[in-house]
Amino acid sequence: MSREIVLPLTLDIARELRAGDEIEISGSVLTGRDQACARLFHMAERKEPLPVDLAGQVIYFVGPTPARPGEIIGSAGPTTSSRMNPFMPLLLSKGLRGMIGKGYISEEVKTALHEQSAIYFGAIGGTGALLSRSIESVEVLAFPELLSEAIHRMRFKNFPAVVLHDTQGGDVYERHRPKLS
Amino acid sequence: MRTVAFDQICDAVATLCQRANFELTRDMQSALERSVARETNPVARNALQRILENARIAKTQSLPMCQDTGLVVIFAEIGQDVHIAGGLLRDAINAGIRKGWKEGFLRASVTGDPIDRKNTGDNTPAVIYSDWVAGDQLRLQLLAKGGGCENMSRFKMLSPTQGREGIVQFVVEVAAQAGPNACPPMVVGVGVGGSYDYSTVLSKKALLREVGSPSPLPHVAELEREIMEKINQSGVGPQGYGGDTTALAVQIETAACHIASLPVSVNIECHAHRHQEVIL
Repeated sequence: MSREIVLPLTLDIARELRAGDEIEISGSVLTGRDQACARLFHMAERKEPLPVDLAGQVIYFVGPTPARPGEIIGSAGPTTSSRMNPFMPLLLSKGLRGMIGKGYISEEVKTALHEQSAIYFGAIGGTGALLSRSIESVEVLAFPELLSEAIHRMRFKNFPAVVLHDTQGGDVYERHRPKLS
Repeated sequence: MRTVAFDQICDAVATLCQRANFELTRDMQSALERSVARETNPVARNALQRILENARIAKTQSLPMCQDTGLVVIFAEIGQDVHIAGGLLRDAINAGIRKGWKEGFLRASVTGDPIDRKNTGDNTPAVIYSDWVAGDQLRLQLLAKGGGCENMSRFKMLSPTQGREGIVQFVVEVAAQAGPNACPPMVVGVGVGGSYDYSTVLSKKALLREVGSPSPLPHVAELEREIMEKINQSGVGPQGYGGDTTALAVQIETAACHIASLPVSVNIECHAHRHQEVIL
């Protein structure tokens, strides 16, 4: 049975999580990917106020498909996190508590995660239809002109995920680095 | 001379685009089911089961299996006795994508210009390869190719004396290093031979083959088996969670090449392998 994690993610719970734990996330997250993260990064660099408060939030790297009429959302799985590597150390320093994506992240991002006691969660790439069933609501918060890449607030109910990188430095991908014969 | 109408092509492509995104093909379904039965890591097995569950939801709800609904790549085999009436084949294909994308609520994932990065809004244009064959039919094979796995694809010009061993080493290395970024379990398309450019086309064409069916050339089939085994020994596993299932298939296409060259291309495909075809 997966443990249910209710957001906002407290420091105590973040510290209890271990790489490899299968969990289910409920509560509210922010979304963003390449263009939104780049914009936030440049605004933060210029010391401009950000259009969303990142403190205590978890960000989901996603760009969903359009919703059919009467539906909340289309398909909504994670995109590759490494494309956000250049932006995440600065954005994490604004108080992010976690990020949800898939794939390798850089050492710089890992260091920034440790500084915030933040968690890197993984959702299964290519299962956007399944994951969309765990999304209860969606609203645009910033950069609406970016369409699917805009920053949204999503409400999760039992969103399945795995802890990929924990506050102790435990890392699922490091454990399973390719062995080449 | 047989006539195939522009609208007929447009409608067929629109249908293929949606079917590719909503319905996991039977070959992929079987390959995933076999891997669930074999997989020894429980977290990996859960991931594989979720992938199959995702396919069921996608099909019943007409929801794309992945939010990256792909760049459309078409391999067209045009019978020499076919006349396409009402417009260009290229325009008919792109009109079909436009229709399929809009009506299927698929995600526009194509930038018209690679530098200014402006989204075309309708997922056009397609990448199209064409070949002229005997007969009066038009065969269209379609891939809706995801960006994450495409980004992990590689080319290398080997020295001819590196031979078979060099090919094995390079392909295994590329697949293993693609790791979780490529959404494993993956399908590995390989092009060996041809020229610098043609080897990459072959690696994409290799992905069109029915997953699980070996090359008809025995020595190539043997090479596929050996590479597949080595990739799965890497331990990367589904989604990089560790395990026995890093690749579902290795598919190699070969072509004649220059005596001085041994071009090898590896086109990585994710588990949401969307391939469909139609004959008109």
